[in-house]
Parts: sequence; structure tokens; C-alpha cells
Amino acid sequence: MSSNYEDRNRGYNGDEDMDRGRPMQSRGGRRMHRRRICRFCIEKADLIDFKDVRLLQNYLPERGKIIPRRITGNCATHQRMLAEAIKRARNIALLPYSTD
Amino acid sequence: MQTPRQYEVVFIVDPGADDDEVNRLTENHKQIVTDQGGVITKAESWGKRQLAYEILHKTEGTFVLMEIEGSGSEIAELERRMRVNDRIIRYLTVRVDEDRRRAEKFKARRTRKAAKRPSSRGGAPRGASVPEFAAADENDER
Repeated sequence: MSSNYEDRNRGYNGDEDMDRGRPMQSRGGRRMHRRRICRFCIEKADLIDFKDVRLLQNYLPERGKIIPRRITGNCATHQRMLAEAIKRARNIALLPYSTD
Repeated sequence: MQTPRQYEVVFIVDPGADDDEVNRLTENHKQIVTDQGGVITKAESWGKRQLAYEILHKTEGTFVLMEIEGSGSEIAELERRMRVNDRIIRYLTVRVDEDRRRAEKFKARRTRKAAKRPSSRGGAPRGASVPEFAAADENDER
């Protein structure tokens, strides 16, 4: 029970919070699903600013590709805003188009 | 006349330029905009920053942000000037008034909804949702 609680906490604060939406592999090999939540809906974000590099970087893994909605759990509206912001940031070299 | 449009213009100045030159360039741009009938609402320099990728074999540059209110003709002129100026290695203009208005609308709708049903916005749903998550996690673990 306590481990559950810690798990949830890490999801909110840690860097690896992208794992939250990812189907987990159990011992039996069956796919398990975490409840997917749009973080922007929770924070009631109406705008996603392309200048907020710190935020956008969470959605760009090392490779530099935008993490899909099916993994982050974002709602369609917010994923669209996020993608738009990332593309703008890429245009003025705040974020990379690709790395390596 | 229509309501003025709001723009955010970010441009990157060559890293070889010193503070003086950047300031001069910024003042120059302000002049261009006001000459065309626009209003500068904000102008700030972010200083020298690392570029995420090389532009013209440069790895860093000085970023300057300006917020402009106007009809749009001053943006055309400003962009034309920036294109010609080879001290400016990249620029980006974003129209923000529509998005901001949309955000305002959402916010207004939310407060209206909250006012309509004050009971549902209290502690009850928050308290209720936590055990729900815990239960879901527990099920996942098995």
C-alpha cells in the first residue's frame, strides 16, 4: 500500500512521469494500463507557451520526437496545443528538430 | 477599425554582436513599428543562449522578445527588415490575440460553471477521486 502511494507521488513530481500512461508489463506478460490523465486539464492550462522550454522538454525524449498522446495521456486539445508550441520552439532553435 | 492584433516577435541576433549592438537593433525595430502605427507593449532580451541546433554554423545567439500591438502592416515591414539584416540569424512572429481571447473565454466559462454549482467544486470530488485512484492502482498491481 505504501509503495503504491510512493509510486503515485513520483508520477507527479519526477522526471519519469511519462511512464504514467505507458502500459506496464506484468509478470504474466499481460499488458496493464495505468489510468491516463491529461496533466494540462488538471492544471487548467488554457494556453501552452512556446517560450516555456522547461515544460516542452518533458514531451521531447532524447531523440527529439514529440511523445504521442497514447503514451502521455494528454487530451486531444492539449496535445494539439503542445505540438504547436513545440514546433514553434523548434523554429527559433529553442528546441531541436532531432538529435543524432 | 477592428480591434488591434497582438503579436509576439522573437529574433536571434548574431552572437558576435555586443550588448550595444543588440540594444541599437532593438531600438531600431521599435522605431520601425511605431512609424508604421504599431505599439510596443513589451521588449526584453533573454541574453545569450545556446541554440538547439546550428544556424549558419553558429551555436549560440542573443534572443530578443518583443510584443507588438497593431494592424499587421508593421509586422510585414519588420519582417522585411529582419530578412535583409544579416546580423539577425532567425526570427519568429506569432499572432497571440486570438489564442489569448480563447483562453479568456475558457476561463470565464469555468468560473461561471463554478459559480453555478458551488457544492460540486468543494472538497467532495477531490476527496472522492483519491481513493478511486488508489483502487485503480491496486487493481493494476495484481
